Amino acid sequence: MLTFIVRRLGFVVLMVLLSSILIFWATQVLPGDIATMMLGRFASEEARQNLREELGLNKPVVTQYVTWLGDFVQGDWGYSISTRSEIRPLVMERLRNSAMLAGVAFAIFVPVGILLGLLAALRRNSWVDQTISVGSLAFIGLPEFVSGVVLISIFSIKLGWLPSQSAIEPSSGFVKAFPYLILPAITVALTTLAYVVRMTRSSTVDVLQTDYVRTANLKGLPPRRVLFTHVLRNSLLPTITVIAISVGWLIGGLIVTESVFSYPGLGRLVLFGVQRRDIPLIQATVLLIVVIYGIANLLADILYAVLNPRIRYT
Amino acid sequence: MTRGGLRGGGHVPDLGRPIYYADGPDDRLLTTSGGDVSGSIQDGGVPEEQKPDADETPARRPGNRALYWRRLKRRPAAMFGTVIFLFFLFLAIFGPLIAPYDFDAQSAALRLKPPAIEHPFGTDQFGRDILSRIMVGARGIFLLGGIGTLLAVLIGTPIGLASGYAGGLLDEVIMRLLDVLLSFPSLLLALVLLAVVGPSNANLVLVVTLLYTPMIARVVRSMVLDLKTKEFVEAARVRGERRSYILFREVLPNSLPPLLVETSMRFSYSIFLVASLGFLGLGVQPPSPDWGLQINEARNFFALAPWTLLFPAGTIALLVIATSLMSDGLRQVMLPGVARK
Repeated sequence: MLTFIVRRLGFVVLMVLLSSILIFWATQVLPGDIATMMLGRFASEEARQNLREELGLNKPVVTQYVTWLGDFVQGDWGYSISTRSEIRPLVMERLRNSAMLAGVAFAIFVPVGILLGLLAALRRNSWVDQTISVGSLAFIGLPEFVSGVVLISIFSIKLGWLPSQSAIEPSSGFVKAFPYLILPAITVALTTLAYVVRMTRSSTVDVLQTDYVRTANLKGLPPRRVLFTHVLRNSLLPTITVIAISVGWLIGGLIVTESVFSYPGLGRLVLFGVQRRDIPLIQATVLLIVVIYGIANLLADILYAVLNPRIRYT
Repeated sequence: MTRGGLRGGGHVPDLGRPIYYADGPDDRLLTTSGGDVSGSIQDGGVPEEQKPDADETPARRPGNRALYWRRLKRRPAAMFGTVIFLFFLFLAIFGPLIAPYDFDAQSAALRLKPPAIEHPFGTDQFGRDILSRIMVGARGIFLLGGIGTLLAVLIGTPIGLASGYAGGLLDEVIMRLLDVLLSFPSLLLALVLLAVVGPSNANLVLVVTLLYTPMIARVVRSMVLDLKTKEFVEAARVRGERRSYILFREVLPNSLPPLLVETSMRFSYSIFLVASLGFLGLGVQPPSPDWGLQINEARNFFALAPWTLLFPAGTIALLVIATSLMSDGLRQVMLPGVARK
């Protein structure tokens, strides 16, 4: 088990390192003269020189990379070009907000997804199953900005129940922010929900067809007991992994959703950096997201191995 | 020469790990590649067809098309998806010709007019006909997503073939490099690349290609690993056939069904991606109208003129749902017994 964890950890670290090279290459080497790109064509040569100096662009590329990565690891993420402020506190605040949003989304899609998936599997091939299956397929592909604006149009504009914009004070607490979190959280949850439904359904259908479930049924155990002690313990395994991995999909969804609702989260900060071509900000946020994503995947792997002792990865 | 169809299904062997990266990250439309989690049959109906070992014609017999068609007809959701998809394809080709108005014609007098006979979907804040903008916009989204996906297939297929067939160190290196691309949520990678190279239609195509090449290569590679050990490939090798013959005449044709299914899923996801990028202001470039951007701009007028938002949103939803129903149907029809994860 320990070897497995160490190997997976090594793999994730390698992936993050390679990703950091890609990020660095794509943002700092690929654009050619980065100073011209950021300041525009009409900037004076002196301004460009200053910026190059500031970003350390006149050093060799490898030195630049090593310095950048070293600083990032040590917590020095540099200064944002567009806000002229330190990046780390800004990113941390946004990360906290995104985590709140993702947390509410998790609280929605995990229970609802598992319930719907179970329902579809237990009523397999009935109209309930058909509705859930086709519905989840539809929601898997529905872009967040479409579901988001439809939710706003129903719950904010028609019914007036919830705020249509979630531009909360960046540092407001969870309780104060909660009403503003509901609609965006539902929006983010919808696509992932569909995924959890499909996974739960297919694995439950599998387990229901196994010999041990048939035996349990035939020896007269009450259906409830079969479901809880025999079916669920096995069929929820893959779902748990899916949920752990979904942290990665949430990030893509967050970028769009936060922009629909003007929510001050990490996704919107990335977009802000992209729109302003704020290279240090892009580098820091994207690398942070890749690290988070890597950790989530690692946890998913470990969780799966712990929960499923039949499978040993070496 | 024997062609041993897809017996045992197009099951894609896993790489000895859990679902980690088995599908692309951020991959809402899932591929056929399997994790260790054993698959199940997704669809409801016709159990005898779901056993991959039932009396099935091997791949690439002419009879297959009729078989696929027969199965497709039994799935109303997939049929519905296909019909809607074809309708949008028609729009993408002929939209600009049959659109009732010039999509860019502005008129101060016609600003934000509700739907009526002359303007069935109403007009937007510049007095432009929304129906015409939607009809013309279909082309951009199809072209960008379609060309990008196609290029990804053209580049990813040889990579997957070579990597899977060669095995060893080369395979390992190629796969790790592709893993790097897959370790970014795809929308994030697209944003970063577009920030650097600047949003243009050509760059958008390249970004779609770059994002999907690793996923296509992965599916092809898995098929190669599976087929490489089959008797008919062995036989060809013993006969002394050249490597290119084995790859392109034996392995590739038998990899087509999963490849086709993967391609259709990628295409359906590319619509999602291009529309999302459009919403964020990095999509199809003006003057051609972009559905996502249309929705973004319409948000400001929603309370006043809900039609400016609801018609484009409904259109995107319809197309995305239709393509995902279609590609799921395609998977069920061509690869019965392989679970959608």
